[in-house]
Amino acid sequence: MAALYSGRKRRNVIWTGLAYAATVLGLSMLAIILGTLLWKGFGGLSLDVFTKNQAPPGVVGGLLNAIVGSVIQTFIGLAIGAPLGILAGTYLAEYGQNARLAYVVRFINDILLSAPSIVVGLFIYELLVVPVGNFSALAGGVALAILGAPIMVRTTEDMLNLVPNTLREAASALGMPRSLVIRHIAYKAVRSGIITGVLLAIARMTGETAPLIFTALGNSLFTLDPRGPMSSLPLIIYEFARSPYAEQQKLAWTGALILTFSVLALSIGARALSASTQQK
Amino acid sequence: MERARALGRLKFSDSGFRLATVVSALIVLILLAGVAIALFVGALPAFREFGIGFLFSDEWNPPKERFGAATAIYGTLVTSLLAMLIAVPVGLGIAVFLTELCWPPLRRPIGIAIELLAGIPSIIYGIWGVYYFRPVMQSYIQPFLISTLGNVPGIGFLFAGPPLGYGVLTAGLVLALMILPFITAVSRDVFDTVPTVLKEAAYGVGATTFEVVGNIVIPFTRVGVIGGVMLALGRALGETMAVTFVVGNATKIQTSILAQGTTISAMIANQFADADPGLFTSSLLALGFILFVISFLVLAAARWMLARLEMKA
Repeated sequence: MAALYSGRKRRNVIWTGLAYAATVLGLSMLAIILGTLLWKGFGGLSLDVFTKNQAPPGVVGGLLNAIVGSVIQTFIGLAIGAPLGILAGTYLAEYGQNARLAYVVRFINDILLSAPSIVVGLFIYELLVVPVGNFSALAGGVALAILGAPIMVRTTEDMLNLVPNTLREAASALGMPRSLVIRHIAYKAVRSGIITGVLLAIARMTGETAPLIFTALGNSLFTLDPRGPMSSLPLIIYEFARSPYAEQQKLAWTGALILTFSVLALSIGARALSASTQQK
Repeated sequence: MERARALGRLKFSDSGFRLATVVSALIVLILLAGVAIALFVGALPAFREFGIGFLFSDEWNPPKERFGAATAIYGTLVTSLLAMLIAVPVGLGIAVFLTELCWPPLRRPIGIAIELLAGIPSIIYGIWGVYYFRPVMQSYIQPFLISTLGNVPGIGFLFAGPPLGYGVLTAGLVLALMILPFITAVSRDVFDTVPTVLKEAAYGVGATTFEVVGNIVIPFTRVGVIGGVMLALGRALGETMAVTFVVGNATKIQTSILAQGTTISAMIANQFADADPGLFTSSLLALGFILFVISFLVLAAARWMLARLEMKA
């Protein structure tokens, strides 16, 4: 009897101990990665990074063209992806609900949510780069839109489902058409929730590299023209990390630090916003 | 008169808005179909030239224009398998810790910290992997594996060769770290669907935490956990940047997991810029199509399983 008890207890201690160990491992990996980024990247932070363009080895350069490129391409991605994602999410929650089309769209959207981003890049290459004949920031932005839209579809639908039906019924009873009920009542009730989805999508789009290799390509010069190739932070990190020159590697780490902390800040901000919506 | 016109305008904007939402939903559908069709069309020359043999040939010879997908498919499967072997137990362990063992006020912060791992862009895992993790592998982990497991008869061939740092195992470990948060997040959420009365009943008859997890929580949520694991597998199969940095990019199948290899996505990322239009580019697109099909099947299975659990709950 005693042997049985102590055996069960021992097993329990060993297995729960392993669960503790797994958590410690996970948390320490996060700490190690963020620590490495700070240690290697923080020293390179200076005003030059934000005010100078990338330069050939031997010349003091910065990341200005890459940062501006990232902002422009994310903006293009958002301008295309946000209306698409929010409207499709609205269809799922408000009009489609249990229709067969809604089931299919939900399923496909969930797959797009984790589809390999490199495949999306190849798709846009076939669609927008080959026929036009040159790489462009516009193509990069469209690729990012495809990666960001599913996130907004999902959060918009989830958030609209939180709106109590009595609210919709009250507005309908006053004679408001369906579209006005959605736009003026439902959207307003969960505005911060929808913004959460947009922020999460921006975070995802800013960090993507693989689809940009075949679409925006990268550019060592400062450019604002979306019809031509353009650099971005992930692309410049990709290029400089494999460079043999120490100063370019250092800039890669600084870029990595800036990129990681902006992306993490966006996703933490999104989380805080969604927590406050759900409490309401 | 005024009123009739206003009502007419309302009706117009009402159906217009509805149409816009339906069209957006349809675009989401068309996107996935479009990806499949565009890649298939691009891959057609390669499929025509090499036929079904493309899948099984391990030749990758750009100057001679002889291409096969076996090496890349093999590398993708092996790196993903290694990643799952590490990430599934660790991810489930963290989920058990969060749902059963953790002091409640710490649950949310620790959960968010683990999820932050998923928020770090994959290029960061790449640069971290190559400059920080690869030297650690080369100086400590790989020599250790070679001198211990490398001498075990039967499995020793898996750990043969010099410690290079780059390689299939390094890529698998970095991938494990990247998919860990997906496994943890999904399993934690499905563990939370277990009715508290069931767990309390088990604790009430004297079960230990380990027994409650093993006999109540896991059986109750099995389908959901498998769904979460498949979802993570879908991620691992298609991951590009991190793998490209550390896998070594050798287009040759080697049995040792310490040896350098490649994956479908790493191959595309590495060679696309240098590929001549024609058979070379088409073969890379064919690789992309194969990756799309594999990850579509895995992700569809994952979603189907998770949906089944939702229906039960």
